[in-house]
Amino acid sequence: MEWEIVIGLEVHAQLVTKSKIFSGASTAFGADPNTQACAIDLGFPGILPVLNKEATTMAIKLGLGIHAEIAARSVFARKNYFYPDLPKGYQISQFELPIVGKGYLDILMEDGTTKRIGITRAHLEEDAGKSLHEDFNGKTGIDLNRAGIPLLEIVSEPDMRSAKEAIAYLKALHALVRYLDICDGNMQEGSFRCDANVSIRKKGETRYGTRTELKNINSFRFVERAINYEVERQIALIENGGKVIQETRLYDPNKNETRPMRGKEEANDYRYFPDPDLLPLVITEEQIAAVRSQLPELPQQKRQRFIDAYGLSPYDANVLVSNRATATYFETVVTTSNNQPKLSANWVMGELSAALNKANIEITDSPVTAEQLGQLILRISDNTISGKIAKSIFEALWNKEGDVDHIIEKRGLKQVTDTGAIESLVDSLIAKYPDKVAEYRAGKEKLFGFFVGQAMKESGGKINPQQLNEWLKKKLA
Amino acid sequence: MHNKTIAQLANELSTNRISSVELTQLFLDRINRLDNTLNSFITITTEKALQEAAKADSLRAAGNTNPLLGIPLAQKDIFCTQGIKTSCGSRMLDNFIAPYDATSVIQLQQAGTVLLGKTNMDEFAMGSSNENSYYGPVKNPWDTRCVPGGSSGGSAAAVAARLTPAATATDTGGSIRQPAALCGITGLKPTYGRISRYGMIAFASSLDQAGTMTKTAEDAAILLNAMAGFDERDSTSVNTPVPDYTASLNDSLQGLRIGMPKEFFGEGLNSDIAEAIQAAMKEYENLGAKLIDIELPNTGLSIPAYYVIAPAECSSNLARYDGVRYGYRCKNPVNLEDLYKRSRSEGFGKEVKRRIMIGTYVLSAGFYDAYYLKAQKIRHLISQDFAEAFKKVDIIIGPTTPSPAFAIGEKSNDPVSMYLSDIYTIAVNLAGLPGVSIPVGFTKNLPIGMQLIGPLFSEARLLNAAHRYQKITDWHAKTPEEFN
Repeated sequence: MEWEIVIGLEVHAQLVTKSKIFSGASTAFGADPNTQACAIDLGFPGILPVLNKEATTMAIKLGLGIHAEIAARSVFARKNYFYPDLPKGYQISQFELPIVGKGYLDILMEDGTTKRIGITRAHLEEDAGKSLHEDFNGKTGIDLNRAGIPLLEIVSEPDMRSAKEAIAYLKALHALVRYLDICDGNMQEGSFRCDANVSIRKKGETRYGTRTELKNINSFRFVERAINYEVERQIALIENGGKVIQETRLYDPNKNETRPMRGKEEANDYRYFPDPDLLPLVITEEQIAAVRSQLPELPQQKRQRFIDAYGLSPYDANVLVSNRATATYFETVVTTSNNQPKLSANWVMGELSAALNKANIEITDSPVTAEQLGQLILRISDNTISGKIAKSIFEALWNKEGDVDHIIEKRGLKQVTDTGAIESLVDSLIAKYPDKVAEYRAGKEKLFGFFVGQAMKESGGKINPQQLNEWLKKKLA
Repeated sequence: MHNKTIAQLANELSTNRISSVELTQLFLDRINRLDNTLNSFITITTEKALQEAAKADSLRAAGNTNPLLGIPLAQKDIFCTQGIKTSCGSRMLDNFIAPYDATSVIQLQQAGTVLLGKTNMDEFAMGSSNENSYYGPVKNPWDTRCVPGGSSGGSAAAVAARLTPAATATDTGGSIRQPAALCGITGLKPTYGRISRYGMIAFASSLDQAGTMTKTAEDAAILLNAMAGFDERDSTSVNTPVPDYTASLNDSLQGLRIGMPKEFFGEGLNSDIAEAIQAAMKEYENLGAKLIDIELPNTGLSIPAYYVIAPAECSSNLARYDGVRYGYRCKNPVNLEDLYKRSRSEGFGKEVKRRIMIGTYVLSAGFYDAYYLKAQKIRHLISQDFAEAFKKVDIIIGPTTPSPAFAIGEKSNDPVSMYLSDIYTIAVNLAGLPGVSIPVGFTKNLPIGMQLIGPLFSEARLLNAAHRYQKITDWHAKTPEEFN
């Protein structure tokens, strides 16, 4: 039986406002428990929420970034349920009238084409606190620092057909929120969280199968693993005559499995109704225009520009635009290298990226500046150095040994392009290896490589390869 | 001295015929002597009151002339007061001391008033008789066998018995106007959003409105001057200019168009009350007003709509009282569910639990459209009724309640008949309008209240109409014998 996988994602992006969505308490991460929770966050009697305008602006940004309609009037609603880390006994969210309506993101497929993933809606809501079940001798500790932190919940259509597509969508959204400067994207700290709705159906079937909702998937890798595990589980279940039950399942990364979640999410009737403490949120055309005028170039646009203007492959362009700092770095390299986009792309995605990964540092903290890398590429393209030499210079740059030209000068790495010097080197090799010359002339053409190797060895790699080839061909003929 | 109005007391204070400390001591003595009978106070803040009074006296000596400087008053125990218990009439908050002041508490403090104490009330402002208080029922000073009305029964009884010159109160479905009527005083419920709700413990957020209990409309105007205004901490407070409410009190009523809704004079209205209202209308005609018959056809729907909307909001507003962070917690909970169930079962009284259950039911999946949404539609219709009426008239006048104060215990086992006693007041809350109840007579020694209703933000006009009536009558000046 051939199965089709259907995936929809719900992403909770924590907004990087300085204060909480309905109070003035700080949102900084990592403070001592309950030191960043005021009377509003604690749900004290008589205390009222006041909307943080910054959160609204950030939601508008996201809406524009996904080409969505921004609601002129949206409504905050209460989602009622009891839980100790939910101080008011309800979460302020948006239900029937969210701030951001239908939109989409175009994701890059493996074959270089793009696929449009629909986004149903995005709405503002407050986060709950945290229940801490360890370290209290069987009791539960409650930390309300997180209570009231603004979240934007972004709900996709069930448009993804594989874990790979889900990852591509998630990465595109991740890139977008970081470009927009509305979320730090830190999945480990939970500032970018993802729940996946997964179902399967027979190929050709138009109705959806019963879905399960996967929670606790806090890295891109886990999203892929959790979905793949769940798909396998559902297929095995159905093929053995069973039925998928609609439920919430928790992903366990240690065991790499999903299992049913029990507790607060179980069979709740949330009794949503409009929050009478907050007026409907009204957004004017002027407000939207003001936000639009401040928008940076977004990843999808940038990707297309990199393809069109620099002739990059869609894949390379996609990697380079995945975060804004990398894209900016790349463009600086292109400029300083006097427009060598392909070479620049190769270096940024190859040597530089490998070195950064190995040292586990961000591109913004790279010891090799974009200007230096551009200079290095300029010296390759103007034949001052060979690509091979360039790698050793890159290392020197990494170790802060000075500028590109300075290192070339100091180490005497300038490529030999002097015709006389190359000719005499070739002559000396022909004199040194008469047997090999004879064999080559007798038809053993593979030996050409031997002579190139020897020439490079004797010159310390500094000889210009094209010129060497020309001279070797001429003299060996 | 205790029979004087705020306006008169301000004159006594400013001419140094009495100091605020002396005045405060006088009312504290009255409370200590007389409140054992009435039970109108939950907390008496003797020490703080005398400190504030002394401060007011020294401010006056330094030249401060605020009309409220040194005037003692009481706060309904629904307004959070920093460092002083705020119980909301509930066992749930019997141990609750707020770390903040309500905005209206701050405003009155800044105006120089002296806090005598916190008044008794129906638990979480749910009730029309003040029998639903954890601290026991309040008695009506006109007849201590009767209820003072509710939920602001303590504030009304305390003002009527002259234990305080004035008190704050709140009105969600009539909780200022109905007890004011039953106790023979002036109760003002301003437009929704005119006074900040910050720090006022919520019952039904879209209906709750702070207001005043005073002897006269003039005093209400003086207090409203201090309390009205936009508060950035309350998103539902309204940012419109605040006039000087005392400035227009004496304006002429010549040509004032008064609407008399026929729905307010129908079946169920006590005949003495009907007569008293008719007599008051004559006075208004004498003052130059024109009486016009009007209709408010959806008035009858206001009670069912209210008893969907208010409980719905209350069921959510009261979810925070879970025994986790503050307030009542049951002894030795065995697990989380036990903690929730017993803390709430033991901490809340019967009427509160009844409304939480109704509210939870009407918001439940499958019932939401049939109840909550339908009630909101009715609410809209009721607002429309008033809007139509105010095209023809300037204010609307009718009885505040269908009957005078009833005996304690008489309706406590019959919630529906209790709910029906709010028939004339509830529609005003649903429409967010201002209303004031003033005394207009007696039936069998129990006061009769008349309600004046105006368009949004027409407080100045309402108080003007009430004041002009009070200048030619003396119902508002009557004091219950036992408390004179």
